[in-house]
Amino acid sequence: MTTENISFTLDGKEVTAKDGETIWQAAARLGTDIPHLCYKDDTGYRADGNCRACMVEIEGERVLAASCIRTPAPGMVVNSQNHRAKTARKMVMELLVSDQPDRDVAHDPESELWKYAAEQNVETGRFPAKFSPEPDSSHPAIAVNMDACIQCGLCVRACREVQVNDVIGLAGRGADAHIVFDFGDDMGASTCVGCGECVQACPTGALMPKTMLDDASQKLSITPDRHVDSVCPYCGVGCQLTFSVKDDEIVAVSGRQGPANKGRLCVKGRYGFDYIANPERLTTPLIRRDDVPKSASLPFDPANPLTHFRKASWQEALDLAAHKFCDVRDTYGSNAMSGFGSAKGSNEEAYLVQKLVRTAFGTNNVDHCTRLCHASSVAALLENIGSGAVTASFSECRNADAIIVIGANPAVNHPVAATFIKNAAQRGAKLYVMDPRGQHLDRYATHSVNFRPGSDVALLNAMINVIITEDLFDTDYVRDHTEGFADLKARTAASTPEAMSPLCGIEPDVIRDVARGYAGANAAMIFWGMGISQHTHGTDNSRCLISLALLTGNVGKAGSGLHPLRGQNNVQGASDAGLIPMFFPDYKPVSDDETRAKYEALWDVKLDPNKGLTVVEITDAAFNGDIKAMYIMGENPAMSDPDQEHARAALANLDILVVQDIFMTETAAFADVILPASAFPEKDGSFTNTDRRVQIGRAAVAPPGEAQQDWWIIQELANRMGQSWNYSHPRDIFGEMRMVMPSLTGISWARLQAEDAVTYPCADEESEGQDVIFGDAFPTASGRGRMTPADILPPNETPDTEFPIVLTTGRLLEHWHTGSMTRRASVLDALEPEPEVHMAPETLEGLQVKAGDLVRVVTRRGEIELAARVDPKLPSGMIFVPFCFYEAPANYLTNPALDPFGKIPELKFAAARIEVVQEVAAE
Amino acid sequence: MNEMQSLGARQQGDKSSRGKGKYKPKGRMLEPVALAEVQALLGSDVTLQRDMLIEYLHIIQDSQKHLSARHLAALAHLMRLPMAEVWEVASFYDHFDLVRENETAPPACTIRVCTSLSCMLAGGERLLEKLQPYASDKVRFVAAPCIGACDKAPVAAIGHQLVEHASFDALKDVTTAGHADIPATARQFDAYLADGGYACLKALLDGSKSRDDVLAIMDDAALRGLGGAGFPTGRKWRIVGGQEGPRLMAVNGDEGEPGTFKDRLYLSKDPHRMIEGILIAAHVVNVDACYIYMRDEYPEIIALLHAEIAKVEAAGLADHVTLHLRRGAGAYICGEESAMIESIEGKRGLPRHRPPYVAEKGIFDRPTLVNNVETLYWVRDIIENGAKWFNAQGKEGHPGPRSYSVSGRVANPGVIFAAAGSSVRELIELCGGMADGHRFKGYLPGGASGGILPASKGDLPLDFGGPLADEGCFVGSHAVVVLSDQDNMWDAARNLMQFFAHESCGQCTPCRNGTSKAASLMAMHQPDTALLGELSIAMADASICGLGQAAANPLVTVMKHFPEDIGDAK
Repeated sequence: MTTENISFTLDGKEVTAKDGETIWQAAARLGTDIPHLCYKDDTGYRADGNCRACMVEIEGERVLAASCIRTPAPGMVVNSQNHRAKTARKMVMELLVSDQPDRDVAHDPESELWKYAAEQNVETGRFPAKFSPEPDSSHPAIAVNMDACIQCGLCVRACREVQVNDVIGLAGRGADAHIVFDFGDDMGASTCVGCGECVQACPTGALMPKTMLDDASQKLSITPDRHVDSVCPYCGVGCQLTFSVKDDEIVAVSGRQGPANKGRLCVKGRYGFDYIANPERLTTPLIRRDDVPKSASLPFDPANPLTHFRKASWQEALDLAAHKFCDVRDTYGSNAMSGFGSAKGSNEEAYLVQKLVRTAFGTNNVDHCTRLCHASSVAALLENIGSGAVTASFSECRNADAIIVIGANPAVNHPVAATFIKNAAQRGAKLYVMDPRGQHLDRYATHSVNFRPGSDVALLNAMINVIITEDLFDTDYVRDHTEGFADLKARTAASTPEAMSPLCGIEPDVIRDVARGYAGANAAMIFWGMGISQHTHGTDNSRCLISLALLTGNVGKAGSGLHPLRGQNNVQGASDAGLIPMFFPDYKPVSDDETRAKYEALWDVKLDPNKGLTVVEITDAAFNGDIKAMYIMGENPAMSDPDQEHARAALANLDILVVQDIFMTETAAFADVILPASAFPEKDGSFTNTDRRVQIGRAAVAPPGEAQQDWWIIQELANRMGQSWNYSHPRDIFGEMRMVMPSLTGISWARLQAEDAVTYPCADEESEGQDVIFGDAFPTASGRGRMTPADILPPNETPDTEFPIVLTTGRLLEHWHTGSMTRRASVLDALEPEPEVHMAPETLEGLQVKAGDLVRVVTRRGEIELAARVDPKLPSGMIFVPFCFYEAPANYLTNPALDPFGKIPELKFAAARIEVVQEVAAE
Repeated sequence: MNEMQSLGARQQGDKSSRGKGKYKPKGRMLEPVALAEVQALLGSDVTLQRDMLIEYLHIIQDSQKHLSARHLAALAHLMRLPMAEVWEVASFYDHFDLVRENETAPPACTIRVCTSLSCMLAGGERLLEKLQPYASDKVRFVAAPCIGACDKAPVAAIGHQLVEHASFDALKDVTTAGHADIPATARQFDAYLADGGYACLKALLDGSKSRDDVLAIMDDAALRGLGGAGFPTGRKWRIVGGQEGPRLMAVNGDEGEPGTFKDRLYLSKDPHRMIEGILIAAHVVNVDACYIYMRDEYPEIIALLHAEIAKVEAAGLADHVTLHLRRGAGAYICGEESAMIESIEGKRGLPRHRPPYVAEKGIFDRPTLVNNVETLYWVRDIIENGAKWFNAQGKEGHPGPRSYSVSGRVANPGVIFAAAGSSVRELIELCGGMADGHRFKGYLPGGASGGILPASKGDLPLDFGGPLADEGCFVGSHAVVVLSDQDNMWDAARNLMQFFAHESCGQCTPCRNGTSKAASLMAMHQPDTALLGELSIAMADASICGLGQAAANPLVTVMKHFPEDIGDAK
């Protein structure tokens, strides 16, 4: 493809095509919209030239050419508007329209097809129509009406080349050419992951969101009255999206061309939006009834909170909460106070929560769920490279030759980021997927390294050993940019692949091949997730990954970097904003006198110089009675904390628990006061994705009933506890944050409004943010990155005869975190309705149970009953339980043992056993 | 909007969601038994290659007589391919029978009865209809597009075994599939060698003859692409040879054009003449590998080539190039060179857009030399005897000889080796005149898409371009089908349009919809000829490849020359 400008003649005018533009693109840029159906003018969509709706005449050529796929040559004379071209295009439309349902009964009369047909006055076709296939309504979210299909294959490219979910094909031949899911299965019975990229791409209405259709899923019945550009509320990828709103209700979601997602979304972002309209939304403040004690075991119906609570006015609820908080603070001291913010809230909300706890509560006992996710990764990153954030955006994988994905299952947990990793692998990058469990990415991997659970350090040390002993490391980089090489070399000298192989279960040759592939790449990235961090040796795991990158110079240049995939949509931002017990915003230690003095001046209060307690430590302190008051905004520790029974008992033990949320969560059941808050699509705010990209979320609809904006609620509490805050909008809070947070340099609220996303660090308002950082130096004292060796430690609880199986936990594609949002999203709940323990076919056989039978999973902490799911991706000897199901909460079982540095519990490894349950047949 | 659900009492042990789950991952599960079966069939030590997908599908189909979903899922798993990708490839080709879990597998014996034009004239359609009641759980009868034995019409194939002059009696009681034997007529390696074969190649390989010598002869020789495009062979070799390596080569042995059977004849008699042509071209153009793509309808030729290529390799004559013999799977479009390349890569046979041309970007996006079987067949003789010798065998202004596949209403159909530029009247003479009781009414000068001309145009020279092109026709692969006063030209055109509708790859609208809509319109009592005319222009102007661009030629020429035959006016 040329990058030079090409001069050619278009419709009698001398024009110039830029940078390999096609005729269609040049024409579009110059104001001529040539009809097109199979071509989608979006990133990632290859022109295919098959529909022939965009034919143009090129003088001197025997036949017409498809303008979408043809690039002009110098001097070419192109006619897009002459009789021959227009006649051919019109006939193409007529051939297509002849097979369509009439426009007045069309599934989508506003489709691209009908738009261009009308433009060319093709209302009906003169040709006999072909046989129409039956509708397929098997998918909960997507209506499949193939009588409208024109075989343009946009859905195939959407599924196979853009999102690489690999479900859709174009089978058959000639007039029998037809779209298939897998082997021509119903969409709902296929491997479809419901990302909806095909729906977004379809130009005819053959694939449509059911929410926009009539009850029979046949005809468009909703025309949105407005569209609001915002961001996805779910994971850390930070997909930009547009909410379509009708009568103040969200009716559809579509992907937007954001820098992180390029128009792509996953099933949660696209179809998981109706939770905000669930009848169980909290709409009035609630106060616990005097006659209902807190108990860990009472049955509780979130649809009917009045069995435990009574309605209250905001005035009464806030007064009571503030009053009780002040009581505890003044009676037992600030160390009895604590607060949890949320990585689902905005940057502004996170900032206010830590400000509330530090000022009004007078303590640093403030934390959030990052503790349960990447605290160990952040600890290792801060220790060794001086910054807890990613060194490169995930989209840099487009420039990588080698990619390691370890302890992560991005196709499930960061689905849109996974699509870019798959794109890179399709382009030819080597992909090494390293995880005890198999996963969707394995199909694209050069090696799938299914190592023994908990043996991460052994495996990674062996790779380090290979890279050092085979001289594959970047000598110059190590000399100029790192420290600790000699120690690392010495401490990994014995970790040869042969020595480590029995520990990690991977053949020495495979270890060597992966090490050589990573070290030999011009640029390589490492992605990791909870499989690395949620271990008692989580910090050590991350240290090894950092050493690998530093050894090979894979930091700070295009296509290289360290990228812990962030879970929540605002983990990065909440941490940056100071929702951490040891840090003020931007990771300034609370013990640092200078920093504290700065904040004392800004906030006009005396601040606690001591580090506060972390999530699990706070829970323990509550259990022991040392912590007596908790304020929890948007978190659900009763579901998310390990050893749930203990966690719930801790919550029940509090003198005062105030929960601010959108639903009656398991945690809220233990509250004294419940404050109904706003859901993501109801608020303005900034959110920082896994790439350090600050993005703006915009309110699309109003909160229901008396529910209030979170920032307003926090301010009301603070002011009732002696503060005098006076914010009138999140932009005011953001303004204050910019005064103390250098990371927000160059990122003003106005700029966010205008550009929707700015990555930090960013030099000033005129500059682009930096995707890749630390090219020159690290923000450490020496400016160098440190390679800290890690020793091999076993998991805290190893399997034995009583508990012979390894239990690991995590998320499902459809369910976010503890499920409080997604299990109330009708599509997502329909897709994954029931708690199931995933196990290898051999494990089922060994137990003599069938898929679907009820089993009991038991650990030293507790037991749950749930159905068995057969999953060949699990190794035998290991089971997986998702933690989103209140009916069978995985965290009843998990081990609260902590990583000594990150204080993160070992949620990925517990010893368990399975028992068969004799189920009594239901009447 | 779906109804909102209430979560009910939220507590551990709540069983309200019990029974709603799927208890397995999304989609079809891999069956370990099916996986073992497929592994056993393919050989467990084989490194599976993406481009071999169609070959693997053949192995399973040959063994199981169909492709079950469970085996296809296992194959997709082994090859790390999306299930949809395996399904779309398998379902593209006629010779694969796909069977989902809830479907019944076809009988083990398949008898294909050719219903393309020459066989239709000889009663192929009636034969098939008559046989249908004899279908059972052991045998089925299916219509097949041209099998490439039009001089023996009507023909059928029992499994892989060709039945010439097929009759009701010969087929009605057959219940077991036959297999194809190597043609007894074939001159094998030793005989070919004894007759001076491979001397030309050896001279090139030992340097006594140079590439330039050969290219100079090929420049002068009037050898043109005899698959139908007529591109000068010498020029093609120079173009591909001038591209940056590595270069590849493909031999187009997908002789699917109805009425064409010359390649089959030449290969069944003297396969080494083509093989030597390949090895010479591979040396001259300096290609790394050559893919010989043979249509699945010629199983005896495939068996023969397997055996003879092995001998050539064993003799050390093919050390300069890796030879791959690939088997089509029943898709006419794979005779289109870029569709053939897609098929060689193990994909659906969808023709590619041009530019780029396959000479620049062909197999695996490498510069690729594509030559037809017969084109290569003449290379040795031309180099040995010189361009003059070759060119002199033509007529004035039409240098070189041609192999006309003549079928239809002539007394002795067959391959007529005659001067380029011969007329149909001359060819009819060479075939012993018209068949008994038939009077010459019209003819197809170049297979299914070359148009249909009346007897009054029977003296036109049959060659590339020239007066034929002025008539909107072309000679293509030189498949001449002679029609008589007993034939309705509209029926002939309809048969051809149905053929194209069946064989369209389905990629582009004008061809996919155009051929099937045209076939439907042509079946009406009073066809809308104005609409058919409009449609024909759009098909010619806007289709991606030659199939769609030329599919309406018979229709257009019949409307022009035989208006009295249109519809059911007969």
